[in-house]
Amino acid sequence: MEFVQQLVNGVSLGSIYALIALGYTMVYGIVKLINFAHGDVFMIGAFIGFYSITFLHLNFFLALIISMVFCAIFGVLIERIAYKPLRNATRIAALITAIGVSLLIEYGVIYFRGAQPEAYPSGLVPIKAIEILGVKISGQSLLILGISLSLMVLLQFIVHKTKIGKAMRAVSHDMDAAKLMGINVNNTISATFAIGSALAGAAGVIFGMYYTKIEPLMGIIPGLKAFVAAVLGGIGIIPGAMVGGLLLGVIESLVSALGFSLWRDGVAFVVLILILIFRPSGLFGKNVREKV
Amino acid sequence: MKILKSAKGFWTSIVLAVVFGIVMQFLITGEIINFFYVNTLYFIGINIILAASLHLIIGITGQFSIGHAGFLAVGAYASAIITMKLELPFSLGLLAGGLAAAVAGLIIGIPSLRLKGDYLAIATLGFGEIVRIVFLNIDYVGGASGMSVTQLTTWPWLFGSILLTVIVIRNFTNSTHGRACISVRENEIAADAMGINTTYYKVIAFVIGSFFAGVAGALYAHNFFIIQPTNFGFLKSFDILIFVVLGGLGSLSGAVLSAILLTIISTFLQSYPEVRMIIYSLVLIIMMIYRPQGLLGTRELTTFFKFGKSAKGGVHNDSKDTVA
Repeated sequence: MEFVQQLVNGVSLGSIYALIALGYTMVYGIVKLINFAHGDVFMIGAFIGFYSITFLHLNFFLALIISMVFCAIFGVLIERIAYKPLRNATRIAALITAIGVSLLIEYGVIYFRGAQPEAYPSGLVPIKAIEILGVKISGQSLLILGISLSLMVLLQFIVHKTKIGKAMRAVSHDMDAAKLMGINVNNTISATFAIGSALAGAAGVIFGMYYTKIEPLMGIIPGLKAFVAAVLGGIGIIPGAMVGGLLLGVIESLVSALGFSLWRDGVAFVVLILILIFRPSGLFGKNVREKV
Repeated sequence: MKILKSAKGFWTSIVLAVVFGIVMQFLITGEIINFFYVNTLYFIGINIILAASLHLIIGITGQFSIGHAGFLAVGAYASAIITMKLELPFSLGLLAGGLAAAVAGLIIGIPSLRLKGDYLAIATLGFGEIVRIVFLNIDYVGGASGMSVTQLTTWPWLFGSILLTVIVIRNFTNSTHGRACISVRENEIAADAMGINTTYYKVIAFVIGSFFAGVAGALYAHNFFIIQPTNFGFLKSFDILIFVVLGGLGSLSGAVLSAILLTIISTFLQSYPEVRMIIYSLVLIIMMIYRPQGLLGTRELTTFFKFGKSAKGGVHNDSKDTVA
C-alpha cells in the first residue's frame, strides 16, 4: 500500500512539473528557445500567491487567479524586453540571454525582499482526505491534481479550438509562412508566453501550498526538472510535456520511496541524459534529419 | 618566413611572460604586495585557466557546455584526495586533478557530444548537477560539510599552469586539429561533409578543456581550506561562461582579459553579492542584445600582426542555425 501512496504523491508532484513543462514546451515549440527564466516566473507566481493570501487576505482560488494574471503579464514583458530583440540572433545568444534574465529575476527578488524563505499558510482549502482500499489520499494531492488537470484541459481547448491556438500552431510549424498568411507573429508569440507563464504562476501557487516553503531561488531545480519533463515527452509537444511531467514526478517519488531521497535531484538529470542519448526527440517526438 | 616570424613572436611572448612571473614571485616573497592582492591574483589566475579551458570548448569548437563547474569539482576533489587522504605531493595532485577531469570529460563527452546546441547545453548542465550531487552523497569526501584541504597553491605552480594552459590552447587552435575544430564550430554538417571526423574533434576539445578545468580545480581546492559541493553549483559554471561570452566567443585573449576584469570587479563587489549578480546578469543581457559577439569578437589582441581571415571575425553572427 505504501507503494500506491507514493504513486499518488508522485502523480501530484508530477502534475506540478507538468504545468511548468507546458510553458517550456510551448515556448520552445514556437521560438526554439529554452526559456531559463521560466522557473523564475514560477517562483514569482508562488510569491504573488503568498502575498495575496497573507496581506490581501484573499482566498486560495482568487490568489491563484491573480498570480496567473500577473505572471502572464510578467512573461510577456520578459519576452518583449529581452527576447524579442534577439529573435534573429544565434541560438547561443538567446540561450545566454535567458540565463541572464533568470539570474536577474532571482537576484532582483533577493535584492528587494531578502533571501529568507516564507512559510505558506496551511489549511487554505479544507478538503478531507479520502481512503480507497486502505490508501489514504490527502485532500491537497487531490486538489493539486484537480487544478492541474483542469488547466491542462483548458490549454488543450485553447490550442485546438480557438483562433489564437490555431495561430500558435501555425507559427510553430513555420514562422515565415505564417507571417505571409497574415498572422501577427509578435502577438502570437506574446500570447504563447502569456499562457505558458500563467501556467507557471499557477504551478508556483500550488507548489507553495504543497511544500509550504517558498524562497527566491526555489525556481531553479523545479524549472530544470520541468525542462527534463518537456524533453522526456518530446519538446514542443503539449501532451508530451504532460506525460513527461507526470512520469518524472512518479519516478522521483519511487526513488525516494526506495530510500534514495538524497539522490532524488540527481535522478531527474540521469533520466535527462539517458533520454538525450537514446531518444533525443523524446517519447512522443519524431526524428527529423538536418540538412545543410 | 612567415612561420619563423610567428615563432619569434611566440618565443618573445613566452620570455616576457616568464620574466613577469619571476618578478611577481619576488614581489610576493618579498611581501611587497599585501595578502589581499596576492589572494586576488590567485583568483585571477585560476579564473584565467577556467576561462581558457571553456574557451576551447565553446569559443573554438562551438559546443555549448554549461556544466564546467562539474569538471572543476572533479579536479578539486581528485587532487584533494591525493594530497589529503593519500598524502602524496601537490604536483601529483595537480596532475591527478587534471587527469581525473579529463577522464570525466571523455566519459561525458562521447555520448553527450552527439547532441547539439540547446540539448548539449542542458545535458552538460545536468552532468554538472549530477557531479555535485554525487560529491554531496559520498562520505569519504565529507558529504555536504565538505573536505578540509591545506593551502598548497603557490605562485610558481599557478603561474606555470596558466602558462601551460594558454600555450597548449593557443597552439592547439593554430594546429590542424584546431582548424578542424573551428570548422565544426562554423558549420558542423558541412565540416562532416568535407570529411572531418566531427565527433573526434569535439571529444578532443572537450577532453583538453576538461583537463585544464581539472587543473584549475586542483589549484582552487588548495587555495582554500575547505571544499564543499555547494562551491561547484550552477552559479560557478555560469561565472566561467560569462568570462568566455564577455570576452568574445572565439577569442582566447578576450576570455583571459574578461577573466581578469570580472575577477577584479567581483572582488570589489564581494560584500554585495546580490548587486554583483544583478550587474552580471544585466551585463550579459545587454551584451547579448547589442553586441552578441562579445568585447573582442573572434579577434585576438595580436590580430594586428596577421592579415588573414581570422582578423575579420564575426562569422558567428551569420550562421544562426548551425552555431551553438
